Amino acid sequence: MKTVYCRPKCMKEAHFHYCPGCGHGVITRLIAEVVDEMELRDKTICVAPAGCGMLLYNYFDIDTIESAHGRGAAVATGIKRVRPENLVFSYQGDGDLAAIGTAEGFHAANRGELISVIFVNNGVYGMTGGQMAPTTMLEQVTTTSPAGRDSVLQGHPVKICEVYATLDGTSYLERVAVNKPAAIIKTKKAIAKAFRHQQQKTGFSLVEILSPCPTNWKMSPLDSCRWVDDVMTKVFPLGLIKETKKC
Amino acid sequence: MKGFIRIDPERCKGCSLCMEYCPGHAISLTNRLNLKGYFVADFEDKKECTGCAVCAVMCPEVAIEVYQIEKTDER
Ligand SMILES: Cc1ncc(C[n+]2csc(CCOP(=O)(O)OP(=O)(O)O)c2C)c(N)n1
Repeated sequence: MKTVYCRPKCMKEAHFHYCPGCGHGVITRLIAEVVDEMELRDKTICVAPAGCGMLLYNYFDIDTIESAHGRGAAVATGIKRVRPENLVFSYQGDGDLAAIGTAEGFHAANRGELISVIFVNNGVYGMTGGQMAPTTMLEQVTTTSPAGRDSVLQGHPVKICEVYATLDGTSYLERVAVNKPAAIIKTKKAIAKAFRHQQQKTGFSLVEILSPCPTNWKMSPLDSCRWVDDVMTKVFPLGLIKETKKC
Repeated sequence: MKGFIRIDPERCKGCSLCMEYCPGHAISLTNRLNLKGYFVADFEDKKECTGCAVCAVMCPEVAIEVYQIEKTDER
């Protein structure tokens, strides 16, 4: 009997608190798999966000530090500067990185900090009950845009990868998704690549992951996976946005 | 049967993504509740499983373990 798949070694036994069908669970697992495969368990430091990813320290058997809402990239900068031998990544939602943490994320990217950011884009503020985020799509209904997001009133969805691509400090930016098997395998490769960029000191790396949020989108898990393809990827096209050096 | 899976019933939240993406349709939702109150998915061992692990790739709860049966294994 051959084991084809079992739980990653750097994950604890704790059960996830995520809702059924949530993309955070897949992303948490993929990070653990990459850390295992790159044998970086003793060297990795994770910076957890305020948001649905906040309990990461319960799930990862790797050193994890909790940051204030939006400050992940700043906390990761501090850790990486005093411990350059460690692999440091921050895990941030779209409300975290693209709203309250705009300054911290943007300037860490601009300074070319040697950190990796795993950016979970689910188009809403998940943990607080599905309010509009900067990444909410036009006409998308949320609790704070009940008539659908209106560009005149509420602006346009923010495309973090495209914005960061204009900064000279960034070396690797890719947008992926976790809504179907092939996309999930690509996401895992992108996370590994971001970590390799950090190891080779090419600059700031970020992987934006389109992630289903069935509870706040008020859809079934399967419908939200389809919605990522049908609606989200039209606004946030998948693919490599920037890579300054092959890693 | 070339492979089989084990689903941890206490981790499963019945999201049904494993069922939808299983190429052999070898997983179904049961009417059994777990401690959290979710109806859980279970493997139907009469159906064809190749151990492809697509279910484990999709599972957001890391609740699925996948095995392949080798020729040397006793049945
Ligand atoms: C300084 C501060 N302001 C507001 C909050 C409340 N808060 C907690 S999580 C959250 C939004 C999280 O949304 P997002 O970053 O998109 O992550 P998700 O939950 O969707 O994964 C907010 C506003 C907080 N914890 N701290």
